[in-house]
Amino acid sequence: MTAPIVPRATAVRFGEVVEASIERLLGQCHELYGAPVLGTLVRAGESVYAVVEGVETVALDPTRPIVARGAGAASEAEVYAEHPQLERLLRTQVSLSVIGHREGSDVRQYLPPLPPRIHTFLHVCPAEEVRDFFAGGRPDFASLLIRRGVPAGDDVLAAVLRQASAAFDVPGDFLLTASRGVASLLAGDTARLNAIVRRLPLGA
Amino acid sequence: MVVDAASPLGMVVGGSLSRGLDVRLGSAEAVEQAKVGTFVTIQGAGSRYFGIITDLRLDSADQHLASAMADADAALASVLSGTSAYSLATVSLNLTTGVGGEAPQPAKSLPGHFSAVHRASNDDVQAIFGSEDAWHIYIGSPLDMEDTRVCLDLRKFVERSNGVFGKSGTGKSFLTRILLAGILQRGVATNLVFDMHSEYGWQTQTESGYAAKGLKQLFPSRVAVFTMDPASARRRGVQTDFDVQIGYDEIEPEDIAILAQTLKITDLGVQACYTLRSRFGASWILDFLKQPSDELSENIGGSSSTLDALRQRLGQLQRLDFMRDHGQGAVKRVLDHLADGRHVVLEFGRYGDDLTAYLLVANLITRRIHEEYRRRTEQALAADGKGPDPLVITIEEAHRFLGPGVAGQTIFGTIAREMRKYHVTLLVVDQRPSGIDDEVLSQVGTRITCQLDNDRDVDAVLGGASGARELKSVLSRLEPRQQALMFGHALPMPVVIRTRDYGEALYAEMSVPGAGAASKTASGRDKRDLFG
Repeated sequence: MTAPIVPRATAVRFGEVVEASIERLLGQCHELYGAPVLGTLVRAGESVYAVVEGVETVALDPTRPIVARGAGAASEAEVYAEHPQLERLLRTQVSLSVIGHREGSDVRQYLPPLPPRIHTFLHVCPAEEVRDFFAGGRPDFASLLIRRGVPAGDDVLAAVLRQASAAFDVPGDFLLTASRGVASLLAGDTARLNAIVRRLPLGA
Repeated sequence: MVVDAASPLGMVVGGSLSRGLDVRLGSAEAVEQAKVGTFVTIQGAGSRYFGIITDLRLDSADQHLASAMADADAALASVLSGTSAYSLATVSLNLTTGVGGEAPQPAKSLPGHFSAVHRASNDDVQAIFGSEDAWHIYIGSPLDMEDTRVCLDLRKFVERSNGVFGKSGTGKSFLTRILLAGILQRGVATNLVFDMHSEYGWQTQTESGYAAKGLKQLFPSRVAVFTMDPASARRRGVQTDFDVQIGYDEIEPEDIAILAQTLKITDLGVQACYTLRSRFGASWILDFLKQPSDELSENIGGSSSTLDALRQRLGQLQRLDFMRDHGQGAVKRVLDHLADGRHVVLEFGRYGDDLTAYLLVANLITRRIHEEYRRRTEQALAADGKGPDPLVITIEEAHRFLGPGVAGQTIFGTIAREMRKYHVTLLVVDQRPSGIDDEVLSQVGTRITCQLDNDRDVDAVLGGASGARELKSVLSRLEPRQQALMFGHALPMPVVIRTRDYGEALYAEMSVPGAGAASKTASGRDKRDLFG
């Protein structure tokens, strides 16, 4: 197997896989509130790529619901300062849509043959890896998101495109090419396409 | 930016052989470059196809595009254009060649889905229309392909009667001149031109102001200019060869029949002409004009009022200065020239605006030619020999000779219908093809048509042509000048051309002797033309 062309050292690790299927991963962040933003391209281990489609912070123990604690506090920070155990009782989870994988040096914008194992580390991809994945503005991955029907899936798609565009020298060009690809997928549903396009800084 | 030959205009996405292929255009540049009339090639799996774009339309994958776009902005427009909102071209398929590079055949199969569509290249055009040689002349270039030459096979061209159509000012007469000069130089036929507006024999001023040479100037020793109006010819400095005079005794009732509409002669009047002819013989007109009507009506029947009216109408012939009591052999002179392989341009001078004179003279001379060629062909058949060299008669305002009412009676109708067998064909130049009898028009082999305004004219020109519906959209979008749609017998497929310039380049080409069969007899004259 050829070595990945992207230097992995620059990838920032933020958590690990706690639930895994071919299509979807659940990741837990190592730090409370340490989740990457909506639409961020994430790599699980060495080969599986996913995008952030949801972030939630919940109680570690589902049987112990969280109660409000700030009635007497002057600020939110004071609440956490007075209750240091909170950091241990809460966790931030990231739901991820798998949109591709890597075979050797080649990027595939379709589902991997197997999901990553539990506890596989999750990394936020650096700009060059993002460029590599979205090279040429190929929107093949978009069909996975469009068909998956996650809640507010179109918002996720728009967020992915926005995040990815930031890695390119001319974000507008990337957005236009990618949007045109999305337009082909959404041929016949201009209203939906319009909703996505309106969430993009096209022409900006 | 120009889409280069290597990058396709688009790809085949549907359609049929009868209604044309749907071609989805690729880039925004391709959309703007694909024009109605553009000549394209389609590379199938094994064969190569040739066609022209006959229609363009905008289509969308979304039926509700219009409503969905109501509040859309430029961003959405840029995303949609070329993706789910796209342009389709209808390509009418005409020809195909196999892998072996054999001669193009009419297309009977289709290229598969997603076959790439390219603009035709120089080589494609040559493969179809041939390149300049002994029989092919360069007549123009396909749309947006200025360096490419579309050639016309003159040998096939003169096999049938042909038509050059277009409203006035579209370049009909320059096109006709190019054809005539080509026929002359390649020696494929002998020309007789009824030059209504005195523009083919000697030079005329073009609308842009430069002088365009006439046939006599290009081929001094092979073209004879006959004139009906010597005074006009002298004023214009034309070297004429013969002043034509017509004798009353050369006029037949058929010649009057063709004038019926112009001179407002009734059917009864025309019938009376036949009666008069049989009674008085050759000098019937003069004899009739001298005799009082009441006496005559007793002798030959018919009302005296009919005869009075006829006399008054026929009296109008007397104002034509070229009329004489007896013929001076002008018609024979024309025939002798033609028999000798010399080309004749008959100028009408001021009579060009006088329809009576034009119709009378053209019909009268052509009738004699008809008889002569018929006789010679029949003689040749009897002797198992070669018939006379082909003759091309050019007539302008052809609808006057070939209208539905008169085509049955005039000699031009007969020629259009059957004279191919006798080696005489017509080159019909007209701006109102709808005025030409359908049956005659259906005999017109090759049609070259410039812009036409009137829908009826468009329909008439396309009548009976295969793919008429598609060609109509092409024809209706021709530019007003120097563009023509050519289709029919001498052309493997319809093509829109920008007519070549009639100027120095053409003069230079015409000064070289052609390689045609008929020109062999005239090669000595060619040398004289060249070297004095």
